[in-house]
Amino acid sequence: MYQLLKQIVTTGIVTEPAPHADSALRQLEQRLSETILKHLGRALAIRHVDAGSCNGCELEIHATNSPYYNLEALGIKFVASPRHADLLLVTGPVSRNMEQALRRTYDATPEPKLVVAIGDCGCTGGVFGESYASCGRVANVIPVDVAVPGCPPPPTAIMQGILTAISARRS
Amino acid sequence: MRLNDLAIDVEPLPGAMPVYRASAAPAELRALCETARARGARLVSLWGSDESPRGKGYALHLALALRAGLLWLTVALPRQRPGYPGIAGIFPSADRMQRAAHDLLGIEPQGEAGRRKWLRHGAWPAGVFPLRKDFAAESRFALAGDHYEFVKVEGEGVHEIPVGPVHAGTIEPGHFRFSIVGEKILRLEERLGYKHKGVEKRFEGMALEEGARLAGRVSGDSTVAYAWAYAMAAEAATQTEPPRRSLVLRGILLELERIANHLGDLGYLGNDVALSFGFFQFWRLKEDLLRLNARLFGHRYLMDSVVPGGAARDLARSEGDALLAVLGNIEREAGTLRSIYDEHAGAQDRFIMTGQVLPALAERMGLTGFAGRASGVAHDLRADYPVPPWQQLEPRVASHTRGDVAARASVRFDELAESVRLVRELVRQLPPGEIRVPLAACEAGRTGIGWVESWRGEVLIALDAADDGRIYRLHPHDPSWQNWPLIERAVLGNIVPDFPLINKSFNLSYSGHDL
Repeated sequence: MYQLLKQIVTTGIVTEPAPHADSALRQLEQRLSETILKHLGRALAIRHVDAGSCNGCELEIHATNSPYYNLEALGIKFVASPRHADLLLVTGPVSRNMEQALRRTYDATPEPKLVVAIGDCGCTGGVFGESYASCGRVANVIPVDVAVPGCPPPPTAIMQGILTAISARRS
Repeated sequence: MRLNDLAIDVEPLPGAMPVYRASAAPAELRALCETARARGARLVSLWGSDESPRGKGYALHLALALRAGLLWLTVALPRQRPGYPGIAGIFPSADRMQRAAHDLLGIEPQGEAGRRKWLRHGAWPAGVFPLRKDFAAESRFALAGDHYEFVKVEGEGVHEIPVGPVHAGTIEPGHFRFSIVGEKILRLEERLGYKHKGVEKRFEGMALEEGARLAGRVSGDSTVAYAWAYAMAAEAATQTEPPRRSLVLRGILLELERIANHLGDLGYLGNDVALSFGFFQFWRLKEDLLRLNARLFGHRYLMDSVVPGGAARDLARSEGDALLAVLGNIEREAGTLRSIYDEHAGAQDRFIMTGQVLPALAERMGLTGFAGRASGVAHDLRADYPVPPWQQLEPRVASHTRGDVAARASVRFDELAESVRLVRELVRQLPPGEIRVPLAACEAGRTGIGWVESWRGEVLIALDAADDGRIYRLHPHDPSWQNWPLIERAVLGNIVPDFPLINKSFNLSYSGHDL
């Protein structure tokens, strides 16, 4: 126990400042009202859906919870069910074998809801493209509010995408 | 020539690893496999190909690991009703691979029960086979119903828990059907294939240079291993010799990938037993390494760092020093964390005797990679076939025999330390010279094998080039094929809440399996 406590104390707090929203990542105009956004911004629940990625993007989503990024400190956390979620974070080209599961997950998420597509594959279909087995980009299957390119996008870019999705319309 | 293990004529293939090619008739297949098995051979992979544009029928391919090297065995199958005697009774891991080869090519294993579909869900109908040459990659079918018969467990108090494909955490999609009594798992059945995105079809017709990027994205967490295996296969097919310096660089990159993945998973093992301290500490160390990767090699996960013909980026002497400094720190801190894990009664209580795979079962089923080594199956390509850059380094093969979560954690800690030692040696040994040469032109009909020990286990790329030097057929194989069925066995008698822990202790790839 002494060693564990010592390790915590000597490590200290390594969390870095969060990135800012970037409206260039927007695919759709903000649909939610200022009032709702104000509430979401303080307690956003995310459901991650891997719709067919190579698992590279998942590594970076995991990293957003690491102490350097500490996404949860912003009041943003991952939840176990789409029914608890405000935002879907979708990776991969959508494989045809996941197409129905993704639609069902989207339908199970209560309104108001947001969708952020992660990675080059989520944005365009990436190296996998469209084929008998792949629907290509996420927007081909469900509406996407914000798309974050990168292969995979680093944790700050993913956080930026999430923060953009809950940022207010530019006045 | 003949291999001492088998009474069959083989021809050595050029390339970095010792690989031999042979052909057999369908009627000889089972006897050959039985002899190979009796002499300690492992089944590395099984796949099929459509040979009709070459004026033939179909072919079944097996990759068998023998003491002398890898045997690539091809069995020609007729155009009409292509079938072969199934070998799942000899090599149990063949079962799902045979089902996948049937879904994709319509070649049928005979004489074995239980030929359910595997990779085919509702995206294409029965009787249509995407890897046949007359199938257009862009074909679309309306989503059909996906009926799949799970084995039903009946009896008093038994009930089912269906989980997935969308999971509760940030995990890849797959379906797990638990049959339980109370909290105890009586049976687990996996259903995979949700991530099938047509990778093998996508490779067809690509130029060799072009395929490298896709190979590096078969399973993102093993990108270096796949890129190296792909490069090895392309270099073998074109008889290109990569520069010595690039081989040492590849060795460094592969070990960095191993360290990063072990750090991440050791963190999650802590997290899964409510020791979130472990998650935060290990992911801090992992992040230090990822940032260094980005600085030195231009990518946090080292994607596209290994290219056909060599390596994409060099490592200057000062950069090598920076790398060793960070690794030294990681090694020291991981040592401290290991003793904290070892002395944490709560963590050890959850780790020990949880998700056990005993050596006899592991050997029988073909468990591979670090999970195999934690269950007494002591294979490691770096040590078994020490080609450059492993020559003279004598990589130490970590091993354990208890085969539980604790053993897999222990092997990961040992391998992490060994990888740091290997990187130190490799950085010290970096020979001068260039890091990349252009691929030579590929002559018609050339083949090549890439075979690399990834952090998870052995990754194989089998490449068959067409007359125009483009890819005719490429089969990537992930070690997860061998290990997924063992998770079904490891969980028996455990409680449902230990499933995430057991699953994470293996951490298998869905993408690399589903293709």
